[in-house]
Amino acid sequence: MTAVVTAPAKEATVPEPGLRALLRHRVHRKLLLLGVAALVLIPVGVALWGSGSWPAELTVDVSGPLDDANKWVVDNRDTHPLFLYFLLHLSNTATDAVDAVYQFLDAMGWLGVLAAGALFAWRAAGLGQRGVKVAATAFGAFAVCGLLGMWDATLLTIALMVVAVAVASLLGVLIGLAAGLSRRVDRALRPVLDTMQVLPAFAYLLPFVLVFGTGTPAALFCTVIYAAPPMARLTALGLRGADPAVLEASASLGASAWQRLRTARLPLARKQMLLGLNQTIMMALSMVVIAALVGAGGLGEEVYSALSTVDVGKALTAGIPIVLIAVWLDRTTAAAGDRIGESSPGGGLLHGRSAWALVFAGVVAAAFGRLAIGKAWPEGWTYEISTPVNKAQEWITENLTFTEAWSREFTLWILNPLRDALIWLPWWSLLLLVAALAWLVGTWATALTATLSMAAIGVLGVWGKSLDTLSQVLAALVLTLALGVLAGILSSRAGRLERWLRPVLDAMQTMPQFVYLIPVVALFGVTRASAIIAAVVYALPAVVRITTQGLREVDPAALEASRSLGASTRQQLLQVQLPLARPALQLAVNQGVVLVLAVVVVGGLVGGGALGYDVVKGLSRGEMGIGMTAGVAIVCLGLVLDRITQPATRKTD
Amino acid sequence: MRTIRTTTAVISALGVLTLSACSAAETGKKDEAGGAKTVKLTVPSWVGAQANTAVAGYILKKELGYTVKTQQMGEVLAWDALSKGDIDAIMEDWGHPKEEKQYVTTKKTVVKGGDLGVTGHIGWFVPKYFADAHPDVTDYKNLNKYAKDFKTAESGDKGEILEGSPDYVTNDDAIIKNLKLNLKTNYSGSEAAQITAIKKYAKEKKPFLTYWWTPQWLNAQVDMVEVKLPEYKAGCDADPKAVACAYPNTPLQKFLNADFAKNGGEAAEFLKNFKWTTEQQNEVALMIAGEKMSPEAAAEKWVKANEATWKAWLPKK
Repeated sequence: MTAVVTAPAKEATVPEPGLRALLRHRVHRKLLLLGVAALVLIPVGVALWGSGSWPAELTVDVSGPLDDANKWVVDNRDTHPLFLYFLLHLSNTATDAVDAVYQFLDAMGWLGVLAAGALFAWRAAGLGQRGVKVAATAFGAFAVCGLLGMWDATLLTIALMVVAVAVASLLGVLIGLAAGLSRRVDRALRPVLDTMQVLPAFAYLLPFVLVFGTGTPAALFCTVIYAAPPMARLTALGLRGADPAVLEASASLGASAWQRLRTARLPLARKQMLLGLNQTIMMALSMVVIAALVGAGGLGEEVYSALSTVDVGKALTAGIPIVLIAVWLDRTTAAAGDRIGESSPGGGLLHGRSAWALVFAGVVAAAFGRLAIGKAWPEGWTYEISTPVNKAQEWITENLTFTEAWSREFTLWILNPLRDALIWLPWWSLLLLVAALAWLVGTWATALTATLSMAAIGVLGVWGKSLDTLSQVLAALVLTLALGVLAGILSSRAGRLERWLRPVLDAMQTMPQFVYLIPVVALFGVTRASAIIAAVVYALPAVVRITTQGLREVDPAALEASRSLGASTRQQLLQVQLPLARPALQLAVNQGVVLVLAVVVVGGLVGGGALGYDVVKGLSRGEMGIGMTAGVAIVCLGLVLDRITQPATRKTD
Repeated sequence: MRTIRTTTAVISALGVLTLSACSAAETGKKDEAGGAKTVKLTVPSWVGAQANTAVAGYILKKELGYTVKTQQMGEVLAWDALSKGDIDAIMEDWGHPKEEKQYVTTKKTVVKGGDLGVTGHIGWFVPKYFADAHPDVTDYKNLNKYAKDFKTAESGDKGEILEGSPDYVTNDDAIIKNLKLNLKTNYSGSEAAQITAIKKYAKEKKPFLTYWWTPQWLNAQVDMVEVKLPEYKAGCDADPKAVACAYPNTPLQKFLNADFAKNGGEAAEFLKNFKWTTEQQNEVALMIAGEKMSPEAAAEKWVKANEATWKAWLPKK
């Protein structure tokens, strides 16, 4: 891990020898200061609380108050005005909204929904060849959902998604506006957004259930919390990135701040905002199964209930439609995003308003068509895949025997020593290590945040469990980065490979992890290695994509120059492309951290134990204290890892 | 200037929200329009309980003309939903003393619905092929001798005892400590993971020790033998840290929402009458999990074949 962390810092010194000397000097000074501080503080700490694991005197038990709050809610939610006059309205509105969308889709009939999906995709993606392709994707996606016998569940999931994405984007845009217009708000909001994404939804599902009851409202609000941050971040980024010259021009024309926002900044940020919408949709879809844990229904419930009978085929039958909805929405919004700024020829029947009118007419016609052919998906048109899938899964798990040996060796030789070493280290030395690493790559503020987060873990009383989880996260992270960067390099060089990989990566990212829990356990057993595999599968696509993109965008002139100097392909890669793609690689590391942490809870379901198990336990036993404490510890781990792996991005901000 | 505008916007947005919230919201969910009779049942995550719910739901639908809605959720969440009236009944409960005290005794929003007729039992189990080869493994006193056979990468030098979902009641860490056993718990985190692991062990005929329970449909596929722990006596598990005895036999209970029990008419009466045997439950559970039938189809098959049994549950006219 240290190699990964320090490598970028060293590379930064390569371009100029003068800078290197200066930096080394600074590094020395920082280390010296830290050493002095340690010399003073450590003996005091050791004398007061001893060495070894986190001292018990320094822990605070927060589960008592949390469980009290839990009880208060249960006792008061039918009578207290806060619930009667505010929260219950929210919850009833949420249920009604989702129900209304579902009724509407249902009333359109399957033909109407199919036509609407395809026609809107076609119109949004442009009317040329690309539009036809996107429309065909949409058509195919819906048709397969029907063929798999998941039509009704798909509609329910889409209804939940429509409402969740609408609320999340609205919230995201509002936050994004505030953050984009004021730097101070931005700085204050950033940790909030980080927490919204890293705090496992399992941890806050319980309070939401207590307040809003099981079913749609709790599921909806949790989805909104998880899905809103990308919209907020990208809106802020778009507003911030607006061309100053344009703003200057509009200001000089006497536009007020509000006019400038409306006529210049927002339109200029459109592309980023659409990307934000796209990401929000993807995040929301990844919550479908978690929403089912509190009774939201739809595809998630099908996946979840398949788990109890250990039926991989049935889980996959419900998982595929989730992937397909994601692909449909991703292609449609991405194509719409690419069109922004393109000049479109005006006039003609297939352009502008008349085209939209045509789309509406088609949808209405199809919706009326249901009178002739029925509202529900015809039962004869379904195809059962669960039996062949289960047979295939059994065959694979029986014939792949090396996986179990691998998982045993990996646990014995990598995971166990790593965990034991982390737990063996005296508490103060870990704090010191975190402080040193964070200070070397960042400022004293970075070091302070990282160290305080690490200390918070101890104070919460989950020191040992967190180190266990940390060892798993580190191992998963190293695996993900090694595989991801390798795949990224390969696919940046071979366009065909990238095209072939794309659907695979899509599936890995959007297929609910619950679907592959059983195969993972069947292959790797109930060990922490299984949890790590689940994390790698989920985090890999983002790392591959960002690496590929980063390498592709390396200035062609630099490559050309190195080639003319006689550099071999390998030299080009190692000495030109990778160093120049450093910002992208750093982003890949950051995303790796966030995504691996997001699956810690899922790891708890296959034998990962530690914090992930505690979060699940908190939810399923209804003990808010345990779940929340573990959830917050995961956030703290995220902060620590983020601070010691993100040097440059923070400085250039 | 900008700040003022933002503030105004926020204040007016809040104002609109407050206005809309002037009247008190309805606490309970609306019932079905048109007076249709609806019963809402929870579907727990394990198959035995799914069998109860499926059979009860099928009879409610076909014989008594109710609309049945089912919702899958965790056990504690189900208790909470039962108290709120989001669901009407829990058909199989393995004992939640804390919730029972809070909702049945104190708040009186939930009432007992009687025995299910099935007795649940939790214990430590080893596969029969291993017990046949080493008959003395079924006594806890000999477990240390076999600890090395149960060793995995997760348990280090100790023997592993496989644990299940966090939903389940377990005293195993305390039992291991208090009986001085050379064992270590490994929490699989979900029933699906635990079953997958057991099936895999059984296929390879490997020794294993697991926290397990009856009735369970997997017992028909993987033959397991219980390891004897010190006998259960009332109260021996009162202090969670000092437990050194076996788990009790639990007659599984049904619970109904208080309002539903009073005003639920035929449905409530039928659910109170519902009582069958472990074998009957396992028969349906095995159809669902072993043969991968849908719960409805399995319920239909059982109902058609066992008319005499369920006719007795119907309310007297």
